[in-house]
Amino acid sequence: MINYGIAILLLPLLSFIIMIFVGKKLPNRGDWLSIGSVAITFCLSLSLFIMMLFKYDPYFKVEKIFTWFNLGTLDLKIGILIDNITIIMLLVVSLVSTLVHIYSTSYMKEDSRYSRYFAFLSLFTFSMNGIILSNNLLGIYIFWELVGLSSYLLIGFWFEKESAANASKKAFLVNRVGDIGMFIGIMLFFSSIGSFLFKDLYLGVSQGMFSVDTLTIAGLCLFAGAVGKSAQFPLHIWLPDAMEGPTPVSALIHAATMVAAGVYLAFRLFPIFTPQALTIIAYVGAITAVFAAIIAITQNDIKKVLAYSTVSQLGYMILAVGVGAYTYGFFHLVTHAAFKAGLFLCSGSVIHAMHHAYHKLDDHKSDAQDMRNMGGLKDKMPVTFYSMLFCTIALSGIPFTSGFLSKDAVLAGTLAFSSQYPNHFLLSLFGFSAALFTAFYMFRLIFLTFYGKPNSKKVFDNIHESPIQMTTPLIILSSLSFFLFFTFPNFNPLSYDGWFMTLVKSKDSLVPGYLNPTAYQIKEEIGQAHNLALFLSLSVAALGIGFAFLIYYSKLISPDSIYRRLKVLHNLSFNKFFIDEILKKYLIDPFLKISKYIAIFDWDVYDKYFINGFGRITENFSKTVGNLWDYKFLDQKIIDGFGRITKFSGSKLRLIQSGKIQNYLILVLVGIIILYVFQAI
Amino acid sequence: MDFNILSWLIWTPVLGAILIVILPKNRMDLIKWIAVFFTGIQLLLSILLWFNFDNNIQGFQFMEKSPWIPAFNITYMLGVDGLSLPMVGLTALLSFLCVFVSWNIDKAPKGYFSLFLLLDAGMMGVFLSLDFFLFYIFWEVMLLPMYFLIGIWGGPNREYAAIKFFLYTLFGSVLMLIAVLALYFSSGRTFDMIELMSTAPTALSQISWWGFSGVKVVWLLLFIGFAIKVPIFPFHTWLPLAHVEAPTAISVILAGVLLKMGTYGILRINFPMIPDGTVWFAGILAFLALINIIWGGMCALAQTDLKKMVAYSSINHMGYVMLGMSAVVAAGSKYGSNIAAAELGMNGAVLQMFNHGTITAMLFILVGVVYDRAHHRDINGFGGLASKTPIYAAIVALAWFAGLGLPGLSGFISEAMTFLGAFPVYRNIVILSTIGILLNAAYFLTSYQKIFLGKLNEKYKDLPEINRREILILVPLAILVIFLGIYPTPLIDIMKTTMSEIIFRVEASELLVK
Repeated sequence: MINYGIAILLLPLLSFIIMIFVGKKLPNRGDWLSIGSVAITFCLSLSLFIMMLFKYDPYFKVEKIFTWFNLGTLDLKIGILIDNITIIMLLVVSLVSTLVHIYSTSYMKEDSRYSRYFAFLSLFTFSMNGIILSNNLLGIYIFWELVGLSSYLLIGFWFEKESAANASKKAFLVNRVGDIGMFIGIMLFFSSIGSFLFKDLYLGVSQGMFSVDTLTIAGLCLFAGAVGKSAQFPLHIWLPDAMEGPTPVSALIHAATMVAAGVYLAFRLFPIFTPQALTIIAYVGAITAVFAAIIAITQNDIKKVLAYSTVSQLGYMILAVGVGAYTYGFFHLVTHAAFKAGLFLCSGSVIHAMHHAYHKLDDHKSDAQDMRNMGGLKDKMPVTFYSMLFCTIALSGIPFTSGFLSKDAVLAGTLAFSSQYPNHFLLSLFGFSAALFTAFYMFRLIFLTFYGKPNSKKVFDNIHESPIQMTTPLIILSSLSFFLFFTFPNFNPLSYDGWFMTLVKSKDSLVPGYLNPTAYQIKEEIGQAHNLALFLSLSVAALGIGFAFLIYYSKLISPDSIYRRLKVLHNLSFNKFFIDEILKKYLIDPFLKISKYIAIFDWDVYDKYFINGFGRITENFSKTVGNLWDYKFLDQKIIDGFGRITKFSGSKLRLIQSGKIQNYLILVLVGIIILYVFQAI
Repeated sequence: MDFNILSWLIWTPVLGAILIVILPKNRMDLIKWIAVFFTGIQLLLSILLWFNFDNNIQGFQFMEKSPWIPAFNITYMLGVDGLSLPMVGLTALLSFLCVFVSWNIDKAPKGYFSLFLLLDAGMMGVFLSLDFFLFYIFWEVMLLPMYFLIGIWGGPNREYAAIKFFLYTLFGSVLMLIAVLALYFSSGRTFDMIELMSTAPTALSQISWWGFSGVKVVWLLLFIGFAIKVPIFPFHTWLPLAHVEAPTAISVILAGVLLKMGTYGILRINFPMIPDGTVWFAGILAFLALINIIWGGMCALAQTDLKKMVAYSSINHMGYVMLGMSAVVAAGSKYGSNIAAAELGMNGAVLQMFNHGTITAMLFILVGVVYDRAHHRDINGFGGLASKTPIYAAIVALAWFAGLGLPGLSGFISEAMTFLGAFPVYRNIVILSTIGILLNAAYFLTSYQKIFLGKLNEKYKDLPEINRREILILVPLAILVIFLGIYPTPLIDIMKTTMSEIIFRVEASELLVK
């Protein structure tokens, strides 16, 4: 079992190492190597998964702990943990990764750095599997940053574009902000527990090693990592920019897997979150969900719409964790991974077709991602269209899809929470409004892209359906949005009971004195809220789709008149609430300016005047000492003074030496008398 | 081992230097190969030492002791322990590689290589001496070749840089000399470091000069002497200047080895000999570490000269070393006898010394590579080089990411250890220091983007790719950076016994008893 885990972890790493050094020289530029390694990890994950289904044990768990290094008294332990959640995550990652690999063989075919692209994909798969398999915070942090690295490399894959280079740097730095919070959280826990293992962490918390306040702060610090990686407000700003990367990358990393890592972490840590922390987490999620959905409404770039949609859906998952319905959050993570990856790959298929059409027409100026340039593509690209439509239906939460089940469950969770704490009614309000907006912008996307009249006849004529390597993943991913895959052996399309809910069990909170409901109670309440949630979510979805239909399909309402009437709102939404501009103006630019000033101070003031000042003082002092005192005073005045005195007295005393013997005799006599007198005294 | 391996380590490069001096001026190639040969022998000796070193023995190994100036009780005493061995290895490795870095020196190579070998001997001597007088001699001996190497073979502003470096360091040395004499006279006229470790703590505590306690005065005198080398804020301004003006190989030695002498001195002398002073000063040390980290990082962020940016990054990275060192007090019962934290901090600090040595060497060599080709280092003057020189760009990416502390590369684990170690004692300082993690990423990624990403600057469309010699120099360093990032155990095993000893000595200070 553990060997499976190790193989799943190391195979993609091996492929990365081979690809980065010799990938170019391999036949077919090495794509088979990456695909092969990730396909093997998929098979291994699948066999783990099948084994899990046969065992059907919600409490299944194997763990292996290694000592990384020893410092004398301290053993630093890391290790691998495999339980049902790990297995489900591994399956999701390896499946989406495999499909994206296959899709990329066609999508990236003409790229000159083809093998490097596959190397980076392998690196990503390795790091992501590392997050999933780690049984400790340090391991998660290490792989957390490594997925950040692969994200950086892939966002900036077309680094010749200034915007791509900027986006990759932004992604890394914004994520680092969250990571710093996470690291502080790790330090807070480690300094009391002396271990990074989840096991010890849970034990320490349940034994009451932390006060509630410390636990709240430490939990929120760890959650900061999730805010960064899962693009929660206000650190969401990197994700829309990350769309500069190749579209398959957006599907794999920035929709299905890596961005869900934050949710996964929050999910793992749920038992140690205090009620205060959870409330904050819930609000972060709810705000993100509705806020990103509002922005998605007005975007024209097809990938930007999907990007903001991802942010919004991640908000849902975080919201679910916050209100205690965290197994449903995880459920949404899994269902979302399939249909959102599908949506991105579909958009990639459209962009690919548009791009080729423009290329054929020698048009290098038009934007292949702008939905206003599309329209009517339904008949030209039927496979893409039906796949995308089905994924859209899933995302909008229509029955018979997986998205309906998970979204409904999350919304039921918020309703249950709000009914228990009526002053938090905003959480469900936000949840349902986000659902309304989601249905609206997704169908807006469908109508703009696939219906209506084509924007340009010439382009339209050159649009072709994508090749089979690209359409197969679309079909697989969209069919995975069918409810039965998640509810088996339960055939009721309106109930989410099934293998998933049986095998993913929620744990009770471990926080001592935590009087909040137990996992069982939460489940009961959500069950009661289920019918109301079902009714409400279906109504808002219908409302959203209806509006989109009226505005963008039957054109009964002109979008322009709405824009004009809601100009301020439209501007805010269109400009993403100016978050980037505000951060740049009030945080980044001032900081850079201060750095400049500090550097100038350090070099041109402190060093030049203060430090060199010592030199100058010494120099002047030496000059003074040497010139003024030593030469002019000591030498010229004192030393030469002796000379002058000697000379002067000499010249005076010379007079005594008259050469007359009588004078000398008198002097001798005087001397003798003086001596005599002295002796007498 | 039967022969005096430590003496050989020190005197081998001296032999080389003498040989080079005897050679006629025009034998350029021979001069270089002699330098290669003698530094190579030194490297082999250090590897031999590395494998014969017993990790579990407390105290010093391979000791050599013979009288030198008996009248003053001065001896020629050498020894190696878990603190000095990593530094010895680092010195030998970087010296050997730097000979190849200097391959294209054509201005008076005879002088250059003989001085370089002399410098090498001086550095080795500092790390191996156990007699304080000998230590001081080597400390000074190293200064002189450095002065000439910067002053003659440096950049346009070399003379100013050289004299500044010289005076700054000399100022520190003088203070150190006073402290050495104070220790000598107060502890029964001995320069023997091992003896001083046991006698100095009590001897100094009985002294005071004009109301200042001997412990504090001597600690501070030594500290300032070493702080200038590290360099610790506010004694850091010689560094950017000297690094920028020095030729590439000398920058590597400066940042890779010389800076470590400062922290080595503090760990070798201040910590075990004056534990009371260490405890008294640890809080300030942590605070200075914070300033180093933030100040160095912000200055690096603002630089437009690539080499100056790397130079300031050294100030930033040495801050982590100091932060880890300050964690030593965690072992005291005053702080809950958190020996694990002290171990993390101290081992992290020495690990960081070693890792910074290899990483910064890569950084400076890589800066030299582009400078040799483009003849300038203005970060804003390049653009898009990754599409022209992909191999160079990839190696720079590796070094840059190592510098910004990416997990999986060696810088991460040592930085994380220093943070984790200092956290229980200096929580707020450590939390503020984590801003440094962001700053590191900011300046490394910004400079990388400006130089390598974006559209290729037409001026450099014929820029030659990094050549084989340069790659071969970088490969051993890159391997170390990756290997120690994944598996730091071999290095930690060497140092941990010695670190526990130092922790034990500091922990014994009365100031740490609750």
